[in-house]
Amino acid sequence: MLPIVTLIFASIGLCVVLISIPRLFGPKDRVSSTKAEDYECGIAPPPPSTGRIPVKFFLTAILFILFDIEIIFLYPFALAYRDFLQTDYGLGVVLAMGLFLLLFIFGLWWEIKTKALDWK
Amino acid sequence: MGQDIFEFSINFVKLHVILFSMIGLVPFMVWAERRVSALIQNRLGPNRYGPFGLMQILADLVKPLMKEDFVKSKQHKALYYIAPILAVVPPALVFGAIPFSAPFSIPAFELWGFFLGPYTFHFQAFHLNTAVVFALGISSLSAYALLAAGWSSESKYPMLGALRAAAQNISYELALSLSLVGVLLLFNSLDFLEIIRAQNGPLSFSFFGKNVVWSFLPNWGIFYQPLGAFIFFVTLIAECNRIPFDLPEAEAELVSGYHTEYGGIKLILFYIGEYAHIMVSSALMVTFYFGGFNLYPWTKDSLLSFFGSEIMVSLFLFMVFLLKFFFFIFVFMWIRWSLPRFRYNQLMDLGWKSLLPWALFNTVMTALLIFFAN
Repeated sequence: MLPIVTLIFASIGLCVVLISIPRLFGPKDRVSSTKAEDYECGIAPPPPSTGRIPVKFFLTAILFILFDIEIIFLYPFALAYRDFLQTDYGLGVVLAMGLFLLLFIFGLWWEIKTKALDWK
Repeated sequence: MGQDIFEFSINFVKLHVILFSMIGLVPFMVWAERRVSALIQNRLGPNRYGPFGLMQILADLVKPLMKEDFVKSKQHKALYYIAPILAVVPPALVFGAIPFSAPFSIPAFELWGFFLGPYTFHFQAFHLNTAVVFALGISSLSAYALLAAGWSSESKYPMLGALRAAAQNISYELALSLSLVGVLLLFNSLDFLEIIRAQNGPLSFSFFGKNVVWSFLPNWGIFYQPLGAFIFFVTLIAECNRIPFDLPEAEAELVSGYHTEYGGIKLILFYIGEYAHIMVSSALMVTFYFGGFNLYPWTKDSLLSFFGSEIMVSLFLFMVFLLKFFFFIFVFMWIRWSLPRFRYNQLMDLGWKSLLPWALFNTVMTALLIFFAN
């Protein structure tokens, strides 16, 4: 645990030092209205973004959470699989995991069928 | 971190050496990328300053440090500064967990009247027994950096780029973690060192109760998991936002994506994060599928009898790892300068409708083969 915390602080510290070097040596901030405008090429800058986000991205995020949790459940299964095959429960574990994966496949099929994943 | 002050200080210094060599490799990779792109496009590339144009690195380093410290946003000033830091920290953490060579032990010795016990030093910043989960969890945190950069820029193009980047990262995260299940089924461990140790020696497996040994092939993961390795590599390129999948910064559509409003050293920190991701990706590729630091015809014992000391063996295996590591970095650059870019719906279709089912198929086939092989 300690080395991880040390590495976090070391990398943050390095970044902070790198960011603060231009504050010391670079030219000072000369405020002008054009500099603070949004980037645009050649035409008048667009009105400031209102923070409205296409709903498609939210849908992708929700589907991601569902599937990610399902995949995470496969990790302990993968680690214990060989040990289970040595015992009498081997076939039972395979069947249980097959049922779980059928649910997974059904979910994916349903997503594709309801066009939740189509970006048009 | 250590049982006494000697081991503690060695580990402390080692951790910083790994961090600084990761950051220090980035300018060399930028230079290498320019040389490789020049090679592929039949140009010269940077070749004026110093040998092979290597002094270009100095110029590239000093210039952003002398730039004005400009803040675009007044509203999200803190987030604007935090975003580049968030981009660097996760790959640095994952890079620390990767074993670059075999650990070596030092027997007990006496120094200035102190008896110092036997030590085992790892060629990594920290040795974790759940390193696979750690690497997956931490590296997916870098999506927050892109989102923070896009959000705090308060501008149209960065916001779109950040949204695309986040959606792409989480979509490919699924196929990435699912393709690793095959590796876990094979090696039964979350520990990088255990996974590398399992890939030692010739290709040997049991098939319907018979033990088969193919001595002309090494015991690498790629020969058990060719499909898994392919899916893993493709998703790694997508996670790095490199060219066939660089929609977050597609120049023709989004200027330069989530870091449009950044400049100077803060922009360079995003580049450091990106290249650190490439380094982590190729190191993971070597660890999972290409035998880590193993060099096939020789095992650790035969190398030990050749070199005589464990430290020399570890250094030699470190060179072997670096060779494979740089090869995969080259492959990353090769792909970037050879392939065109996807359209966004093609990208999402590839992730969800193609790579994810194939990764699932790979998992099921691996589990069934292991079931029938026993």
